[in-house]
Formats: sequence, structure tokens, C-alpha cells
Amino acid sequence: MSAPLIEMRGITKIFGAVKANEAVDLSVAPGEILGLLGENGAGKTTLMNVLFGAYAPDAGEILVEGRPVTIHNSADALAAGIGMVHQHFHLAPRLTVLENLLIGIPGKSGRIDRTRGLARLDEISRQYGLSLDPNLPVSALSVGEQQRLEIIKALFRGAKLLILDEPTAVLAPSEVDGLFAALRSMAAQGLGIIFISHKLNEVRALTHRCVVLRHGKVAGRVDHPASTTSAEMAKLMCGHEIVPPTREASTPGAAVLTLDGISTSGHAGMPLRDVSLFVRAGEILGIAGVSGNGQQALADVISGMLQPRAGTMTIAGKTVTRFSPRELQAFGLGRIPEDRMTTGLVTNLPLADSMVLPRIGTEAFSRNGLLNPTAIRAFAEAQIKAYDIRCPGPMVRAGALSGGNLQKALLARELAFDPKVLIVSQPTRGLDIGAARFIHEKFLAMRAKGCGIIVIGEDLEELLMLSDRIAVMYEGRIARTLPSADATVARLGLMMTGAEGKA
Amino acid sequence: MFRLEARTSTPAWFNLALPLIAIAVTLVLCSGLIAVAGAGVIEAYGVMLSASLGDSYAITETLVRAAPMIFTGLAVAIAFRAKFWNIGAEGQLLAGAVASCFVGAIPMPGYLAMLLMAIVGAAAGALVALVPATLRIKFKVDDVVSSLLLNSVIYYALMALIEGPWKDTFSGYPISPPIEDSANFPVLIEGTRLHLGVIVALIAAPLCWFLIARTTLGFRIRVTGENPEAARYGGISVQRVLLSTALLSGALAGLAGVGEVGGVHFQVMSDISPGYGYSGIVVAMLARLNPLGVVPAAIFLAAVMTGAEAMSRATGVPAFLSDVIQGTALLAMLVALLFTAYRIRRVGAQT
Ligand SMILES: Nc1ncnc2c1ncn2[C@@H]1O[C@H](COP(=O)(O)OP(=O)(O)O)[C@@H](O)[C@H]1O
Ligand SMILES: [Mg+2]
Repeated sequence: MSAPLIEMRGITKIFGAVKANEAVDLSVAPGEILGLLGENGAGKTTLMNVLFGAYAPDAGEILVEGRPVTIHNSADALAAGIGMVHQHFHLAPRLTVLENLLIGIPGKSGRIDRTRGLARLDEISRQYGLSLDPNLPVSALSVGEQQRLEIIKALFRGAKLLILDEPTAVLAPSEVDGLFAALRSMAAQGLGIIFISHKLNEVRALTHRCVVLRHGKVAGRVDHPASTTSAEMAKLMCGHEIVPPTREASTPGAAVLTLDGISTSGHAGMPLRDVSLFVRAGEILGIAGVSGNGQQALADVISGMLQPRAGTMTIAGKTVTRFSPRELQAFGLGRIPEDRMTTGLVTNLPLADSMVLPRIGTEAFSRNGLLNPTAIRAFAEAQIKAYDIRCPGPMVRAGALSGGNLQKALLARELAFDPKVLIVSQPTRGLDIGAARFIHEKFLAMRAKGCGIIVIGEDLEELLMLSDRIAVMYEGRIARTLPSADATVARLGLMMTGAEGKA
Repeated sequence: MFRLEARTSTPAWFNLALPLIAIAVTLVLCSGLIAVAGAGVIEAYGVMLSASLGDSYAITETLVRAAPMIFTGLAVAIAFRAKFWNIGAEGQLLAGAVASCFVGAIPMPGYLAMLLMAIVGAAAGALVALVPATLRIKFKVDDVVSSLLLNSVIYYALMALIEGPWKDTFSGYPISPPIEDSANFPVLIEGTRLHLGVIVALIAAPLCWFLIARTTLGFRIRVTGENPEAARYGGISVQRVLLSTALLSGALAGLAGVGEVGGVHFQVMSDISPGYGYSGIVVAMLARLNPLGVVPAAIFLAAVMTGAEAMSRATGVPAFLSDVIQGTALLAMLVALLFTAYRIRRVGAQT
């Protein structure tokens, strides 16, 4: 390959006591897709923020096409041909696709040049197969489409190097394929790409070369990702072997949760249509499906957030159909929501508050309407220790924790009171291997203790590993339930598209 | 070049420093107006200070004025904690005043009368606050608008009362009949107007702090305000929390009216409140919605109000300056609050 498009040499970035990056070298050639791997907190985002000008490095230099440059801000980065798609998008929701593209781009005599913008958008669409309706407001776009807009935005501003920070964390598997196709086409046409992920199979499928970060340092480089095993890369990332947990054979007990003929309406997403299912004590039931096929409504009905229009739900033989979230919890239901930040926790309040939230009115944390701050703190401290939640302490703002630690905190709060049934959505989305493994082990331990668990997920390999049985959801219905021993990723994938139907 | 950068955490001293900085900025900005009005800035502020806090009598007067703003400030602080946007403390105050005036005019033993005035006045304020809360829960009506508009409704109802059935037939003035002498709140220091209600207000602040910080209701209010979705998921009835907050907030604002009737005016007239309900919003914001901060914030505004009158007499600067200071302080505080979420960073020259 030709001379590097960009090169970072000896980059060090220190935040207080944390060395987020230490002497990192990295380069990308035109037409190359470089994978940047590492567990949460390894320093991937920081390194890219240094490249994009958000942080000034404490040491090291950056070269663009062989020339040393100093990048103070995103304008400098863009001028040097570096574009970045952040983990959290930077779009104006009320403006249209085209307007978002034109923000900050001066037209003739200060006016916005829509015609030129449209022409350029059209050109980019055709060149890389990235199309979007220019007149739709951003608020009407799906997450995947917003991401596409961010990519187009970077190309629009003339990026020769595109940085994508965990782009697949927010995508459904079907959307991932589309993203990869676009990235491959960009690379084929000479753009350089830095792709951040901690999903090894994605990195192996997409990238030409990888740099693995651990604790801010380069832990290793992989020159042929496609022919390197996931286990080898995982070892580089974590510093030790990762052994997948095994699901011991077991005989499930009686049904602890049943849904019978549940239908819903008035829900934002796909409603449920006559859904019946059960999960037994000591059993894990996986719910597979392309997202948007009623999984959200299912989770909402079971956790009491949505009242079904018809049907009955029981826990341990008792009908609980129209119970509130609080009553359901009191009845032994534990829940982990899909969206940890908005549904699970209160990001602006101390972590301890979020951890006791569902049981604040119980004897454990209050008496006669008065809080027991000592008990609250002690509970939070104990769980932080038991679940190895990395944080400065129970009084830290919950929002300051990383995704993996938030998920551990949520798990701790739900499992502390030995639920009979546990419903979890996307339990390891966005988590690195280590944190995901921890969560899996907890689920299996709960299963061994006789808890019935429903796992709603899109990661089929994870579902196959955890579940005793798998139900496939399609258009608001359970299309099929089968023992996981009879299922394969390919077969589930087919059923998820409705192909195998009620066979 | 400077730019705003998001903060990951806010240092603790900020909570105290922000209102002080906001106030300092306000006084600097308003000194320009004083100069334009043709007076010496130092002299004018000097008169304000000595007239409001210069001697013990001035201090008692300032406290008497602070009392209603402590109540309305608490009312707003608690409501805003739950993100119940109660802009209606003014109307709730007036309702409390009218209701307590009714009760106070009935002959009965003094202490019973005072107790009943407080209860009925608080209930009246609570009832008024219930309206925007219910409209929001049942019909998703914006509570900012409904609670604000309700202020005018209550005000004109009060006017109708004192221009109609309550009108003083003897003098023809639009004022209510006075409450019984025995129902007048006892004065704590001979020769001043420092009445029992002021002490109640000063006690109410720590009680409200305790409620927010140490009770399950306070916990639910905080959580609901920060994230109603997580609150509901966590088993909190968001609607019930909103209703409780509205009742509490309205009751506190109602008590502001009770204090004015029982301790200051002993009757109801059209200008019984010079906008104490609106000042409560400024107080609550300066206090950063912390009930303990409400006391100093209310005393500051009260000092500005009493001081501005004296300054006007001494220097000829219109007393309206007090309103300008209030408004500027609110704006300065809102800008200052930006710095809890962002910091200004100096960035090097562009290459
Ligand atoms: N703005 C910041 N201030 C202080 N510490 C930070 C900041 N940004 C990141 N860190 C710390 O630097 C380390 C690397 O974080 P990050 O680059 O976000 O990791 P990754 O993207 O690989 O998950 C973490 O320990 C994180 O807590
Ligand atoms: Mg990151």
C-alpha cells in the first residue's frame, strides 16, 4: 500500500490520574480499513478525539500525508481531511437532512446554497451507495439512518479519513450489513477508515488490519484479522483467555411466568398479537427477532409499563395481568430495560439512588416515609463491591459510569432481592467481552438457583449460548418456539424474516 | 479563542459561588442604570444597604418582607424539583390570603383562629395548584401556561370580592373587612413588625429541605423530576408524585398569603402582594432549588426591595430599580447555571 494517509506517533493523553493513551503509534493508508479494538475504557475514543482535535495530546505528533500537523478543533481536523462519526450523534433534530449537511458551510454571499448541496448529496449517494431523502427532518430518521447522515456529513466536508466510533453498537444486525457494504465501497475508492468496535466477528469480517488497545497502550497488532481467531484477539484485548461459560444441563421446574393470548394496542412500536409463552423455574427462554417486531411491547407488558388489551399474565400461578411495575416487582419480577440510561437509571442523581429506586418504600430503605440513608449507602456499597462496579463510590452521578458498569449496577439492584422471574432486553449491548461474560455468568447462576429468565436479544450467538429454548418473534407474534439444541444461527435468521413461519 | 466544553463533574463550591457571582454581576450591571439616573453608584448602594440591613429595625423590616418570598420560594423550589412548572405561586398566595381573611374575621379564640387561618389558607393555595397539575395529568395541558394564566383568574376574583361583597361600605375603599384583633399574629419584638409568621417561614425552610432530602416522598419527587420514565419503571406513580408536589407547593404559597393577612395587613386589598409569587421564582433559582438556599435568597431580594425604596427617597433613582435588579439577577443566574454544565476553555491560536 502507498504512504500513510495519517500517522499518529507516540500519542499520550493523561486525564488527572488516568493515562487514557500512552505512546500509541497508529497509521492508516488510503483504501485501508483499520480496526481499533479494546475493552471499554481502553482509550479508543480518547485516541480518536485527539486525532479529531477535541483533546490536545500531552505528547506525540500527528502526520497527515507525511506532513506534521497540529489539530486544535474539529474545523482543523476537517480541513486536514479527517471526519468522525461519534458514538453520540451531533445532529439538529428539527432540521432536514440537507440542512444538517449544510450547517456551517457558507454558500454564495452567506446564503445557503441548496442546489449545490443537493447535487453533492446526490453524487455521494451514487458513489458509495448511501442514500437518504434530503427533505426528511432528522427526527424522522431511524438511528441507522442518522448514522448514515453522519457519514455523509463527513464525506460532504471532504473527509479522506473516516473515523467511526462503535458504529454498530446502535445498529440492528440487518443494518450492520448495509453499513459494511458502504464502508467497503469507500475503502475501495481510496478512503481510509478507522473502525472502532469490541465485537470481534465484525472486526474480522471488515478490517484489513487491527490495533488492539489495553489500558491506553497498544497491546498488539493484528495483520490478518480474517485469519486470526476471535479467541486470540480477545486475549490481546483482555490480557487473558476468555472461556465462554457453559450452560449445565438441568431439568426446569414449574412455569413461573406465563402469557396467554396477550394483545396490545396504542404502543409506539409493533403491537403484540395473541402472544402466548411461558418460562419455567431454572430455565432461560430467549426471544429472537429483528428489532421492531414487538419485542419492546413484550418487555413493556411483562414489566407492567404497558397494559395489554387482551390476554392474561401469571407469575407463579397468580394472575398479575394489570399490575403496576411496583406490584410486579413486589411479586418477584426483576427487570433490566433495553435503554439503561433513560429507563433504568437516573443519570443526574447519585448511583445509590438508582440502585434503591424500585424498593425505596420498603422496610429495607425507609420507615414511616423517612429514608434510611445509612442503609441506602450500605446497600449500594455492598453491591458495588459484590459486582465489582468501577466507580468512585455510591454518591457519584450515575451518568458518570460506563455502560458496562451501569449494566452491572442495574443487575445488582434487580438480583439483590432474588427475583423469581427476570426479564432482560439486550443485556450486553455495547458491553465489552469481559463485562458481557460477567453478565452471562450471573444469568446462568440465577438459572441454577431456579429463576426463570427471559432474554430478549438480537445477538443470536449470545441467545444460543444462554437459552434453553428460543422463541422467534415476527410481526408481533411468536412465530415459533424451539429448543436451542435444534436451533442454529442460520435457521433462526431465516425464521426471523418470517420465512419458516409456523412450520 | 474561547469555547464551551461540557463538564463531566461540577465542583461542590460552585453551588455556593454561582448565586454570589450572579448577584455581583447583577449589581455591577445595575450600577449603570443608577449612574444614568444621575446618582452616585456607591452612595445609592450604600443607602440600600443601610436601609435594609443597617440597623436592627431595618433588619426586622427586611425579614418581614422576606417571609412571603421564603414561602413562595419554597413552593417554587419544590415544584421545580419535580419538574412541575408552577408559575402560579402568585395566585396561590392570593387564594391563601383571601381564605385566611375569611376565617380570621370569624370571632373565636386567637390561637385557634391563627391555626385555622394557616390550615384554610394552605388548603386554598393547594387547591389552586391542583388545577394546573390535574390539567397536565388528564389533558396534557402545559403547566407553565395554565398556572400562569390562573394567576389572573385568581387576581380578578379577588378584585371582584373586594369591589363587591367585601367592599368597605363606610369608606368605599376596595378593601376587605379586617380580621379579628385576636387573630393578628403576635409581634415578637416590641416596636417592630416582626411577627410569628416570619419565624414559621424560617422554620419551614429546613423542614422542606428535610422533606426533599430525607423522606420517601422527597426521593420520589427528585427522581420523578430528573427522569419520569425511570421513575415509572422503578415503580413510582408519577401522577401521584405530581399531585402531591402540587398540593405541597400550593400550600406553601398559600401560607405566604396567610402571613401577609395575619401578620402585616390584617385584611385583603388589591396590592396585598407586590408580586411575591413571581419573586419566588427568582428566589428558587438563586437558591438552586435547595430549600436551605431559599432563606438567604429571599432575604437578598427583600433587602433589595426595602433598600430600593429608601434609595429612591434619598437619591431620586426610581424604586423600580428593585424590579430591574430582580429580573437581572434571574437572568444572571440562568447564565451562571450554564457553567454547571459547561466550562469555558481557552484554546490556542488557529494554525
Ligand atoms: N474527559 C475525560 N476526563 C477524564 N477521564 C476521561 C475522559 N475521557 C475519558 N476518560 C478516561 O480515559 C479512559 C479511556 O476512555 P475512553 O477513551 O472513553 O475509552 P474507550 O472509548 O476505549 O471505551 C477511561 O478510563 C476514561 O474514564
Ligand atoms: Mg468509547
